[in-house]
Amino acid sequence: MILRWFSQFFSAPHILMALTREQIASIAALARLELSAQEIPVYQESLSRILEFVGALDACDTADVVPMAHPLADMSQRLRPDVVTEEDRRDLYQANAPLTAAGLYLVPKVIE
Amino acid sequence: MADFHSSTLTQLAADLRARRFSSVELVSALLARIERHQGALNAFISVTRDAALAAARSADRELAAGSGGALTGVPIAHKDLFCTAGVRTSCGSRMLDNFVSPYDATVVARLKRAGAVMVGKTNMDEFAMGSSNETSYYGPARNPWNPALVPGGSSGGSAAAVAARLVPGATATDTGGSIRQPAALCGITGMKPTYGRVSRYGMVAFASSLDQGGVLTVSAADAALMLREMAGFDAADSTSVDTPVPDYVAALAAPLAGLKIGLLKEFFDEGLDRDNEQRVREALRVFEGLGASLREVSLPHLPLSVPVYYVVAPAECSANLARYDGVRFGHRCDSPRDLNDMYRRSRGEGFGAEVKRRVMTGTYVLSAGYYDAYYLKAQRVRALINADFIRAFQSVDVLMGPTTPTPAFAIGAKTADPITMYLNDIYTIGANLAGLPAVSVPCGFVQNLPVGLQIVGPHFSEARVLNAAHAFQRVTDWHTRIPRGYA
Repeated sequence: MILRWFSQFFSAPHILMALTREQIASIAALARLELSAQEIPVYQESLSRILEFVGALDACDTADVVPMAHPLADMSQRLRPDVVTEEDRRDLYQANAPLTAAGLYLVPKVIE
Repeated sequence: MADFHSSTLTQLAADLRARRFSSVELVSALLARIERHQGALNAFISVTRDAALAAARSADRELAAGSGGALTGVPIAHKDLFCTAGVRTSCGSRMLDNFVSPYDATVVARLKRAGAVMVGKTNMDEFAMGSSNETSYYGPARNPWNPALVPGGSSGGSAAAVAARLVPGATATDTGGSIRQPAALCGITGMKPTYGRVSRYGMVAFASSLDQGGVLTVSAADAALMLREMAGFDAADSTSVDTPVPDYVAALAAPLAGLKIGLLKEFFDEGLDRDNEQRVREALRVFEGLGASLREVSLPHLPLSVPVYYVVAPAECSANLARYDGVRFGHRCDSPRDLNDMYRRSRGEGFGAEVKRRVMTGTYVLSAGYYDAYYLKAQRVRALINADFIRAFQSVDVLMGPTTPTPAFAIGAKTADPITMYLNDIYTIGANLAGLPAVSVPCGFVQNLPVGLQIVGPHFSEARVLNAAHAFQRVTDWHTRIPRGYA
């Protein structure tokens, strides 16, 4: 119901693009996500639908509009003095790590 | 004594100070209530019984000594994405099922300093991505008005817990409506402050330019009290704003006469349930009766909020969730073949379906060749929506409209199609894109289900927004209604 209302509101045509299996696999690889064979068609459909839905933005004239990255436009990044403020809490933090040894995080071998 | 749960947070704080009962009595009674209703509502992911009773004993010592803060001895719950030292902070995800936070979020530390007693961590959509609490790894929380219905999301557990009077108040977060939408669906008050008003330090990040912590309570007066203790500058959050926090409680009593209310034309659209609309229009007449004036205001770009949000939020989510790599904390897959296999399988196993969908949507819209067409385009439309709000606030003090298009819907009703679910937040997302404070207050019922009225104000107008909500609640009793079985 809401969808129908929405599409009539922005009836301007936009490219309906269906993502391919290969595209989903490539997005998943970029995102470092393992997907099962069953998951791929599910995301093919829903991501295509989402891209079609956000395609409504194409109809909006944004010439000369400065992109808004942050809700408080006049805010600038705060700086602080370059001094150490953190204490050493390595043991506490590493208590959450899957695998450590001698204060180091262990991962599978990277360089042969 | 048996009526602890029907009292408000403000009243409980005053009664504790007056030593009418002890914090241990109060906390014990509510812990028993949580235990009794957890099976039906699934509002909590963790209940911190022993720590709560220890904190209550310590609160009682302070109260006996006449010391303590504004909330000393008052039980509250935290949404399970606020880091709590020594307590699991799961974010509703398998990824963080084993994560015990090494520190307190600033919000948690401030409420602790004010004397509040944490009784547990509430259920939520996984990484706050959802509008129904159905994406939680721990199963959906349920709506106390009807357990077959969703409580809304993502702060569904906090909303269900407050609506069922298991706690008088709970923390929550709002990225696209995650405080206001569940508040509306559960018949309670929900306040999302201005972006930057409440510290995000220790609040697990979803979409950093939109996320804001806030409160779910029975009344606007309770929200004012809890928010006053939570809000304020925090050097540990680089987007925290260094502006003094007004006394929101003291500002509640100001008269409303002369308040200029803008009716958001775009919110009274064809998607709005007619009965929902009637309740909202009746509420607007109550404001007129209080001396406020109404005029229709149009924000022409506002209907584009949802598509803007579903580019910006997934983009920021995909960047934020890159930290879950199975190396330093969180889920790691068994016997990884190599580093890449470890990343991919740990994330594939640790994240649920909706989180993966948003990570991939975000990855796509930020990828080479699509960044300008999707991400920059969305940010430009976001600027237009923001400009619409700024223009509107030149002629009115606050904007009002419905919080949601319909009352609560059935569990499972909208899980098949992500777009149908996303459109639940059609009236709430605008305030996040522009960083504005907004509250949802109960304004009536449709077929025994609560309906929410939304009040949006200019940046840092929390006091005014809560004042308007409080004035409404002084002459109505919708917020005092308790679901059957929980009275």
